[in-house]
Amino acid sequence: MAKITLDNLAHSYLPNPTSEDDFALKQLDHDWVDGEAYALLGSSGCGKSTLLNIISGLLTPSQGRILFDGQDVTHAPTAERNIAQVFQFPVVYDTMTVRENLAFPLKNRGADPKYVAERVQQIGNMIGMEAELDRKARGLTADAKQKISLGRGMVREDVNALLFDEPLTVIDPHMKWELRTQLKKLHHEFGHTMIYVTHDQTEALTFADKVVVMYDGRVVQIGTPEELFETPEHTFVGYFIGSPGMNVIPAKVDGDRAYVNGSYVQLGRGYAPMDGKVEIGVRPEFATLSETEGLPVKIRRVEDVGRHKIIRAEFFGSDINIIANEGTPISADMNRVSFDPAHVNVYANDWRVKGEVA
Amino acid sequence: MEKTVNQKAWFLVLPVLILVAFSAVIPLMTVVNYAFQDTFGNNQFFWAGLDWFDELLHSDRMWDALGRQIVFSAIILAIEIPLGIFVALNMPKKGFWASFCLVLMSLPLLIPWNVVGTIWQIFGRVDIGLLGYTLDKLGISYNYTQDFYAAWITVIVMDVWHWTSLVALLAYAGLQSIPDAYYQAAKIDQASRWKVFRYIELPKMMGVLMIAILLRFMDSFMIYTEPFVVTGGGPGNATTFLSIDLVKMALGQFDLGPAAAFSLMYFLVILLISWVFYTVMTNLDKRES
Repeated sequence: MAKITLDNLAHSYLPNPTSEDDFALKQLDHDWVDGEAYALLGSSGCGKSTLLNIISGLLTPSQGRILFDGQDVTHAPTAERNIAQVFQFPVVYDTMTVRENLAFPLKNRGADPKYVAERVQQIGNMIGMEAELDRKARGLTADAKQKISLGRGMVREDVNALLFDEPLTVIDPHMKWELRTQLKKLHHEFGHTMIYVTHDQTEALTFADKVVVMYDGRVVQIGTPEELFETPEHTFVGYFIGSPGMNVIPAKVDGDRAYVNGSYVQLGRGYAPMDGKVEIGVRPEFATLSETEGLPVKIRRVEDVGRHKIIRAEFFGSDINIIANEGTPISADMNRVSFDPAHVNVYANDWRVKGEVA
Repeated sequence: MEKTVNQKAWFLVLPVLILVAFSAVIPLMTVVNYAFQDTFGNNQFFWAGLDWFDELLHSDRMWDALGRQIVFSAIILAIEIPLGIFVALNMPKKGFWASFCLVLMSLPLLIPWNVVGTIWQIFGRVDIGLLGYTLDKLGISYNYTQDFYAAWITVIVMDVWHWTSLVALLAYAGLQSIPDAYYQAAKIDQASRWKVFRYIELPKMMGVLMIAILLRFMDSFMIYTEPFVVTGGGPGNATTFLSIDLVKMALGQFDLGPAAAFSLMYFLVILLISWVFYTVMTNLDKRES
């Protein structure tokens, strides 16, 4: 277990990167606190796997350093870093039994056979494969194989960090919940530093203490699920997290009011004048549809998803989503929308502007 | 689902049947014809029953050739398979040098067999051949036309030169299909180089290796052209393998009856061994999945 520090880190797959666009992973400074569970969240190609592979040592960064507990391991080989990693697609040693697969990382490090036997049994129980321990790994389902991969990742107790690269992609939905819960339990039990790469927000939000959201090779926000929900630091975070994502509406901001097409929206804070592209962001959860209050909208359709209703509407030419309680009747006369001022965020060039208490 | 029965479907198979009949069955039947009869020319045939088979099974000549053939194939497999794997493991995975190696490896496979024989026949000559001349100057006695071991070594080295590429290319294809994640996982599990080979590369190559072994076995068991050009089966009968012996018998001595019987047995032996291979391979596959 260790604190992992990324110091001035960046990576490009090109030999001579010139502009910032050439970098798959843009410059980054970050401490992964010892014993925390992190999720690295982002869409495909945002650099999250690159970052993970740099931490595990499968990739050497083009610039910057990586430190484990203050010790520079930038050029140390994977084996020396003492980390465990589980990959997107199951990696099992086909010719070995499940038991041998689980014991492999321990045996390679010369662990005591008695301990190995015990530990493998324990992990076997945890992944729910105690009955299949003596089967050959070949011919098992993708589910079972991935469980073996997870088990092999967790079999060592003394690892510096446990890295997961979208490990549940090939797993059945009901099994996903189970395994995720087990991972979480394991984290509480052993307190490993865990980094979990995913593009699934539910997975990230349920697994992690802190979620690291990446966009276009850059870390745009690191925060608790609550922070990501309430105060997205970047419009991408607002849009990527939430279902549906945050409404982003072009506006002009003056003091504590935002003007959208001439009408104003009350803000919770006051803002100094801003340059560039200015937008306001409101989560559908904080928008209310009514007959009398707020600005006019044109309702396109209402989707009833069971626990609430999603209203898809048009708001001065841009799309807007509004969430209404399941019990609220929606009528044709409800063509106005109002926002909760405390939850309207202001963005300049996609980054959140803090503002001052009015 | 209800199966439709329609016997007209047989007509669709007919073209293939005719093709196979003319290309394989009818020519083979001519051989069968010769194997059970005797002829003294003029297209007159006399029933000989199993006489030719009986004669062959009691002649040292065929057993000796078979013995040489088995030893030859065994040596060829024992060298070419591990060597091919070794070469494949050390070939670059991508980029210019990967393509370069692939082309280089394919070259021996593109050369006609009798040319391969001629190349080595000249290469090994003491008077004008680079290899023979060099060895001679180094004081090593080497003459494949007179020395038993020199002849065998020449024929074996020639076959290794000619065909190891095939094994290497097949093994290389097998290696290329292994996802990177396997090697990364092995690094993380701190597996040694040997364990990576033993538990990742070898199992993943097993399928293509089986094909390589089968191909190399069949080809080496039927080898004719190259040793014929180099040694002509000599010195004495030292490198007279089954095919060479068969041709000597059929065309050299014009003993068509025994040669036909020989051909049939030869054919059956190859068929039998290939069938055993095939069964073992499919059983391995079944057991694995």
